[in-house]
Amino acid sequence: MQFLKDRFDYLFRSTRGLTLVAIAVVSLITAIFGTLSGPMVEWGIRDVVVRLLNMELLPAAREGRIIMLYHTIAMTIVAIEVYFITELLPMKRYEQTIINGTITVGYLVSVIFGMAFAYWGRNFAFHGLFLLGQSLVFFAGILLAVALAPWKKEYCLPADSPYARTKSGLDLERVAFFVMAVSTLLSATFGAVSGSYWSNGHETFLAEDLIRNPFKTYLQKAIIGHLHIMLTLVAIAITLIVGRWLKFQDVLHRIAMPLMISGTVIITAGALSVVWIEAAHTIIYVGSVFVMLAALFFVIYSWGMLIREGTADIEKPTFGQKIRALLSDPIKFGPGWQMVFMNFTVSGVGIFMAVKLTEIFRVWPHREERIILTGHWHILASLIATIILFYFADLSGLKGKARKWFGWMVIIMSNLAFGSVTVFSMKRLFATEAEQQNIVNWTMLLTDIGLGLVLVVLAVFMFWRLFDLFKTKGWWSQEYKAEIKRNAEAEIEEQKRKLKELEETLKEVDK
Amino acid sequence: MKRINMSVLRVITLIMTLILIVSCVPAPSVAAITPPYIDTGIDPESWALIPAGSFPYGQHDHITEVNYDYEMMVTTVTNEQYARFLNEALTAGVIRVGEVEVETGEQVWAEIGAYGFYPGDPYDGYKHEEEIKPGDKLFFPTEVDGVRITFDGQTFRAIHEYSNHPATMVTWFGANAYCEYYDWRLPSEIEWEKAARGTEIVDGHGLPFPWGTHIERNNANYYSSFDLFVKMFGKLGNTTSVGFYNGKTYTLEEISYTTLASASPYGIYDMAGNVWQWTGDDYPKQHYRHMRGGSFYSYEVDLRVWKFNSAGPQHYSPQVGFRCAR
Repeated sequence: MQFLKDRFDYLFRSTRGLTLVAIAVVSLITAIFGTLSGPMVEWGIRDVVVRLLNMELLPAAREGRIIMLYHTIAMTIVAIEVYFITELLPMKRYEQTIINGTITVGYLVSVIFGMAFAYWGRNFAFHGLFLLGQSLVFFAGILLAVALAPWKKEYCLPADSPYARTKSGLDLERVAFFVMAVSTLLSATFGAVSGSYWSNGHETFLAEDLIRNPFKTYLQKAIIGHLHIMLTLVAIAITLIVGRWLKFQDVLHRIAMPLMISGTVIITAGALSVVWIEAAHTIIYVGSVFVMLAALFFVIYSWGMLIREGTADIEKPTFGQKIRALLSDPIKFGPGWQMVFMNFTVSGVGIFMAVKLTEIFRVWPHREERIILTGHWHILASLIATIILFYFADLSGLKGKARKWFGWMVIIMSNLAFGSVTVFSMKRLFATEAEQQNIVNWTMLLTDIGLGLVLVVLAVFMFWRLFDLFKTKGWWSQEYKAEIKRNAEAEIEEQKRKLKELEETLKEVDK
Repeated sequence: MKRINMSVLRVITLIMTLILIVSCVPAPSVAAITPPYIDTGIDPESWALIPAGSFPYGQHDHITEVNYDYEMMVTTVTNEQYARFLNEALTAGVIRVGEVEVETGEQVWAEIGAYGFYPGDPYDGYKHEEEIKPGDKLFFPTEVDGVRITFDGQTFRAIHEYSNHPATMVTWFGANAYCEYYDWRLPSEIEWEKAARGTEIVDGHGLPFPWGTHIERNNANYYSSFDLFVKMFGKLGNTTSVGFYNGKTYTLEEISYTTLASASPYGIYDMAGNVWQWTGDDYPKQHYRHMRGGSFYSYEVDLRVWKFNSAGPQHYSPQVGFRCAR
């Protein structure tokens, strides 16, 4: 019994344990539901899985199933980001506990009942529970926003702080997290209100299917705005998280944070105003420039830091030594690199498409445009997932060969896969339909190899963590003890601060 | 540390080299291989009657009324039929062969092929709307990869082995011209979908596929359906003879392949898979022409009867064909 209690405490009462559970949930979802499309269908694996798990896949409900699937994965990813935020940013212990507890119950209920509704018979009681789970995640978001409130005196930064701050000491990084959290809540509300019209004036659709329709309803526009901004905010959150992890600071930090704050507000306003304002896209572009500049400053800082740390013992490092230092730790190099790579496969493609829409892309059949759109945002979502994995690998204390193998395999194989997907989606630029077979075959093969190997690496990592749980004094035990210690120290500091505050209050009253 | 870096580098180099080597192996392309002629026993000259009445339209089964009887071709127009049209129209002076300007959006280029006059579409000046002006339009290119109809300067001839395959590489203008030449028309999307799925409602939903509620690999020609042509052309496959999926067993190069009877409730073939089919509607503010049915390049999800693809009327492709209604 103690064996189970110890593991339960680790898995559900520590940041690393909670993150491990959430990554396992996403891995399971990917492993099971990933077999229902793409090459898995060609290889006949889909049919086996459907029979084995007794799934009920109505052809007319496919779009609905996909939407449920995206939501459950999104809930889990949001939970992981919240775990990171509650650990990285100073907040009260009880706040951290209640936020993590609420969001954990929320995403698990959402995943279990959402998937049960979508893939096993459309039982509407399950749909209700799926909504309950999402509501709990939303409620956890409110609690997070309250906990992040940047104007509290105890979270203000001293004048000599290397982090971005206002003259009055307001921590601008905390403001950025707070603005991101509030924007996410607002955007989720937008989706929820639109979604509430489901079967009541609104019908399930995938945005990529409507792209060429000049007549979109307000509800359709609202949902298109919602899905775009939610993914953007998840990306902004992970950028802030890795910035915190790699101690992003100094001049670049001071420039980046105001950009990130204003960019987040502008993009959110732009994406949500798609419903009413014709020029919404221009607003989004402006916000995107701000956010992307902030991310660029993070990349410059993090790579500079890796070079500085890696060449600290060399008086005048050569270019080669600097490059070696930069590449010496793929786990810390990875987040910045994936953000740079994102420009080739996501941002660059998106801008090219926007500029050449009438001239090139609208000349192609809708299906080609749809492939680019879906490829484009699948890549963005997956790049975010790899950045999460880098951070979690670091939190897990991955060292030595394992750290290098894990890091480089994830970087190289994900880049191979996403690069191939990009070539596949843009193939019409250089091959006609009659000549495309070679390109299709090989880009899809390279994509499968890349994604397959990333999943193998992830599986090895997850199995290592699983086997570790059976050890009495495994990594999990050390992590848990370290976290208890950190929390206890933080609690002592908090109690000291509180005690001092109360003493001052008493003095004030005695006067 | 150096050893680790070297071994990582070696493995990566090995993987990349292997990938590069296999990437250079040529795969058969649709344009390069000719399959043997296969007689399916389905007559491409036959028509099916679709009686007036309501049916569940679209993914969400909106009950829609079609208050007139109409007929639809039982198969898509074949290469032989289209070659015959081109020859007749050429003789009648309805079409010409030579260089014609193709215009779409801001792009204008010249192509060689059969072309004829189209009176244009109403223009609304909407954002991203491309104006379809009156003028000569390309019907069928003669000098590109993937065509199955040859032109010797005087006569169009379907390549024998492909003669009963769907006529592909035909623009919407070319498909429209074919139907109008014989006093028929391209079906509207509503007409097409009714002909594909019929009126039956099962468990509250209309049929998602012409033959029923689920799809098997030997119901239709689609991406990796593992038909005879997939075995010949790789997983992308190729078009099949019209009416191929009629319950018959075919044997080709010692490979036996049994199809399922997959006609629509009105006895119409290939309403899912094989080739996307142009429909006749011109939608205001965009002018993309919608195609229905999915193709041999499509995943099965695009074979659901309500799914559509779209392209400008100047578009032609090895995976796009058409049929007429009257």
